[in-house]
Amino acid sequence: MASNTDISERQRSARQRLRIIAGHLQKSEGNEHTALSAQECKAETPRSNAAKVTAVPKRRQEILKWNGWGYSDSRFFFNKKGQAEFTGRRYRLSGLILPSLKDWFEGTFGANLQHKTPATASLNVSAVPPPNLNELFVEELKTAGVALSTDPEDRVFRSHGHCLHEIFALREGRIGKIPDLVVWPSCHDDVVKIVELACKHNVCLIPYGGGTSVSSALECPPEETRSIVSLDTSQMNRILWIDEKNLTAHVEAGIIGQDLERQLNESGYCTGHEPDSMEFSSLGGWVATRASGMKKNIYGNIEDLVVHIKMVTPRGVIEKSCQGPRLSTGPDIHHFILGSEGTLGVVTEVTMKIRPLPEYQKYGSVVFPNFQQGVACLREVAKQRCAPASIRLMDNEQFQFGHALKPQVSSIFTSFLEGLKKFYITKFKGFDPHHLCVATLLFEGDREKVLQHEKQVYDIAAKFGGLAAGEDNGQRGYMLTFVIAYLRDLGMDYYVIGESFETSVPWDRVLDLCRNVKERIVRECKERGVQFPPLSTCRVTQTYDAGACVYFYFAFNYRGLSDPIHVYEQVEHAAREEILANGGSLSHHHGVGKLRKEWMRETVSNVGLGMLKSVKEYVDPNNIFGNRNLL
Amino acid sequence: MDRVLRARTSKAESEHILDVLEERRRGSDIGHALRTYSAQPYRGATPLSVSALNRMVQESQYLRYIISEISAESGEPPEVVKEEAVSILEEMSQNLQLSFIRLMGFALTKVFKRLFTSIRLHQAIQEHPVILMPNHRSYIDFLVISYIMFTYDLSIPVIAAGIPLMGMSLVGEILRRSGAFFIRRAIGEDKLYWAVLSEYVRTVVRTGFAPLEFYVEGLRSRTLKSLKPKLGMMQMILEPFFKGEVYDITLVPISISYDRVLEESLLAHELLGVPKPRETTRGLLKARRVLEENYGCMHVYFGNPVSVRELAKGRIQRNQYNLIPRDLPLKLSAELQDFVGEVAHLLVLLQERSLVLSPWSLMALILLQNPDGVDWNTFTHKTLRLRTLAAQLGARIDWPAQLPDSEVMSSSMALHHSIVGSENGSVRLVEEAGPAPVTEEEAVFRRASVVLMCASYRNQALHVFTRPALVAVAMTTAPSYSKDDVFSRFCFLQDVLANEFVFMPVHAPQDFEEGCSGLLRCGVLSIYEGGLRATEEEQDIVVFLRAVLEPFIETYQMVFRVLCEETFQTFTEKKFVPDIRAAIVKLFLSGEVKSYECLSSDTQKNALSALVRMGAASKCRVADQTEYRIDQSALRRIRDTLDGSVVSKVPLFSRL
Repeated sequence: MASNTDISERQRSARQRLRIIAGHLQKSEGNEHTALSAQECKAETPRSNAAKVTAVPKRRQEILKWNGWGYSDSRFFFNKKGQAEFTGRRYRLSGLILPSLKDWFEGTFGANLQHKTPATASLNVSAVPPPNLNELFVEELKTAGVALSTDPEDRVFRSHGHCLHEIFALREGRIGKIPDLVVWPSCHDDVVKIVELACKHNVCLIPYGGGTSVSSALECPPEETRSIVSLDTSQMNRILWIDEKNLTAHVEAGIIGQDLERQLNESGYCTGHEPDSMEFSSLGGWVATRASGMKKNIYGNIEDLVVHIKMVTPRGVIEKSCQGPRLSTGPDIHHFILGSEGTLGVVTEVTMKIRPLPEYQKYGSVVFPNFQQGVACLREVAKQRCAPASIRLMDNEQFQFGHALKPQVSSIFTSFLEGLKKFYITKFKGFDPHHLCVATLLFEGDREKVLQHEKQVYDIAAKFGGLAAGEDNGQRGYMLTFVIAYLRDLGMDYYVIGESFETSVPWDRVLDLCRNVKERIVRECKERGVQFPPLSTCRVTQTYDAGACVYFYFAFNYRGLSDPIHVYEQVEHAAREEILANGGSLSHHHGVGKLRKEWMRETVSNVGLGMLKSVKEYVDPNNIFGNRNLL
Repeated sequence: MDRVLRARTSKAESEHILDVLEERRRGSDIGHALRTYSAQPYRGATPLSVSALNRMVQESQYLRYIISEISAESGEPPEVVKEEAVSILEEMSQNLQLSFIRLMGFALTKVFKRLFTSIRLHQAIQEHPVILMPNHRSYIDFLVISYIMFTYDLSIPVIAAGIPLMGMSLVGEILRRSGAFFIRRAIGEDKLYWAVLSEYVRTVVRTGFAPLEFYVEGLRSRTLKSLKPKLGMMQMILEPFFKGEVYDITLVPISISYDRVLEESLLAHELLGVPKPRETTRGLLKARRVLEENYGCMHVYFGNPVSVRELAKGRIQRNQYNLIPRDLPLKLSAELQDFVGEVAHLLVLLQERSLVLSPWSLMALILLQNPDGVDWNTFTHKTLRLRTLAAQLGARIDWPAQLPDSEVMSSSMALHHSIVGSENGSVRLVEEAGPAPVTEEEAVFRRASVVLMCASYRNQALHVFTRPALVAVAMTTAPSYSKDDVFSRFCFLQDVLANEFVFMPVHAPQDFEEGCSGLLRCGVLSIYEGGLRATEEEQDIVVFLRAVLEPFIETYQMVFRVLCEETFQTFTEKKFVPDIRAAIVKLFLSGEVKSYECLSSDTQKNALSALVRMGAASKCRVADQTEYRIDQSALRRIRDTLDGSVVSKVPLFSRL
């Protein structure tokens, strides 16, 4: 039993932790939005006593945008003076003015604030097709006491992820095929019941977690004729127990990242799994797509974090019988589940590793004279296996992008310092402002070790011509990842469309791949009649022993194009071809979905694809989990 | 590749002709040499010093692999092999220095102004080129590209040169400092040399700090005819693209042609078996004595840049390198090798396309077909007709429009006064002045040397007529008029002559099509009921076209005939040329050979290569010597088919 002092100690550290998370995430501590209370679950699972406060309610429409990224109260806009502002109170940038964003935006894209492309203001409910319901299935669900809805808004919200074409269509008020019914199981047993009934009545189930997919994974297959049921796991969001002896937590898979972290923090722990989408994405979604977190260097990717997975399939429940840290019992069945993208079943409960909250956290950044030097440095860091919690290298374009997001400086002194810094780097050190690039760093752990570690990394960087460039630049770099999706919405207000995509690649090909893919994007845009040069930029976001993860941003001004989305898709397709031709992978962590399916055979070989298919055939012969991802 | 070839034919390019020398004649040479030179480097490429380049090559993973492989094979310690590699690199390496370019700029202006009335630059370069691929006709064209690049503020290229040039004292060093790097001839099996060379070339391409200039034909063409491209260097250059180390490679075909070539008489003597003098400084100085002569115009035509990425689209799977380290020394896959071959051929064809013909080339064609002389009026008439024909077939002719035609022709003749003259109103080839020949043979050689000199100018124009002429010959020698018969005859002829003229590999149907459409355009061909026939009106064009190929076919026939003799069952490479020459001279004196061109050793060697390629001769190494063995039955079959007494049994689409 923990004593009172222990508890207050914990709460203090939890508060500190929350402040840290808020540093790159949210502004407000805690959240007033309480979820509708779910139906009592009849299962006899041990209950945690934590108050169930979730950031995203069951009715997502209450606080989230229906045709854009994130919270309705948070968005960028250009004010009357033409200065960019970010609304709301949730983020560090909220309420701030970003004076240089306009110039960057207009200069980079050739966009003009006079030329607007506003989105449809609200969802036209009458445009939503009526549901195609399987009455018997619905009846039996109701009898079983599972929450469900046929409300058009509920259904539209669960019909898409955040691919460009999905959001673009919603902005134009176009609604494609959407689920006919949404169900909210509140525990594992509910899911078992739903899947049984789905098999019995032959309806199509599409699991839905946080809705942050960027692979068309949530799109309802147009060829599907059965009733489509969106299985929203969001109400299965409890931490069922924490095992402090083994440092594991048993968690329902519908919990979203920020809730999981916050609740663990209150007990003095964390998972350390922080994908860029962690505000909204769910644990089950991470497992189903093989997600990767920003701090994987310390905590590992999702496959390293899970100890035990429970998944409900049409054949029954699959799970291991023990929680041994490693098994030699044939192929790891977890790996049929990890990355299955909702084609085999629903992940309901996961036991995952937890760590005590780190004592100390420090951001940092290094400026390199050019991208080549930066990559060489990252490679050396990986070789010496001394990568900090996170290390990312932005190319020059992205560095300038980051600069455009600098908020208005409050004092003359700060701006003087900035000027001095710039002078030192460009004039004194002779870095070309059009070539230099910046690595952002995040260190975590004991204070002393962090400082030691920091020195080691900066020493390596110095060997490659890197100059330490302060904590601020580092922190801003990480902030960029959280607001980039909001920025896309701003772009779409002014004829600019864009998206990000990623790959992983051996070290020796990183430079070649980055250069060739960026160049390919520029050429393809030109060939396809894009009138303005596109933004084509990349960063190295993860380092591994044998390679790195590379992330591309690509956006362009589509004025003068009749079918911009088609052009966009063609260019992205070409860019993916280029990635594959240069030794890059089909995906590092976004997954395949339906967007990248066409390359699966080439990626895993004929036999590999056959293996996956035969698993699907055994587990789900009637294609109840019919989202048609992956295969 | 077809796309590229076709695009070139259909596009009517507006010609921008610039005279590089024009301004130099007006301005100061020293000023030109010392002016601020501000070439824009390639996008993103950083300048690379010579020592940094050499270090990159030395330290490359690839070279380390090879060195350890060689040391394992030979038992020599790796340090020794490495030292050897370093010395190879030292011998090879360029040492481009701008000050030398300036010096050269000055000297070359002087020389060029002396030699040529103008250097005509056709079409300015629009993009930053990467690989400059000129044809090679004279020593002069060695530095002319650098000179032009310097004059127009473009990056000075690094140039691949043959090692004999390095041997010339001073000249070697000057060339080195002008950006030349040197390649040994006949590298053969020297693995280490190949490795150093290929890594050197790839590093230049990869880093892209300067354009690379190289001769895809491998050597200077002695006959002024395009040579079958060499693939080694081409492959080294394309490899970085295959491996994704560069986004694209831009190939710029450059066509250089001369009104009059400096080395004309030297070349003819070489072809007749007077051995080529070693390239020495003295030899070159002596050659400089020609400075007093006028050599007319030099034409430099920069063709449209060709993107390798475009050529490779849908053909090359670059991901074949995904599963192996790219530095590993590996043979190219068959698919890539074929691609390399096609690219090389394509570039030679593009060079030919853009070659600017002087009036003299056309006049030479007429003169050679009238060995006994032709009167001035007929000569003019025929030449002008030929001009029309050549233009219809797509030739680029530099015929001064502002001068009367007769003046153009007589000034051409004046330029070539050493081989052509006019006596009693009859124009004929003239022999060198000198003591009267002693023997009959000497007389033959003396005449032959003039004919071969004249022939080399004709050769500059040959590519215009090759395909239509092959169709014309095929039509007149095929067993029937049916298109299939003509085509199979065409294929056979093309197969036999594939060492003589440059044809795209596995491209016979397209070549046939091109030949036929050329004939149709000139109104020579009519097609009815599936048959090809020459029209009545234009019979003389058919005759003319056949006569274009006649000297070559005759030489092949004679070589085949001689080889059928028993003394030629097996012979060494060294003895082939003198023995064949002796045999042919005999036939000549007996009146069985008509054309002096049969004495060209180049054509004779090509005939032998054709036999090897077609399986009628085999080549093997016996004690340091290359020995040939003739398969008599195969040879006879080919000979008879060529003579027309046997219908070709060569299957359609035979290897080319």
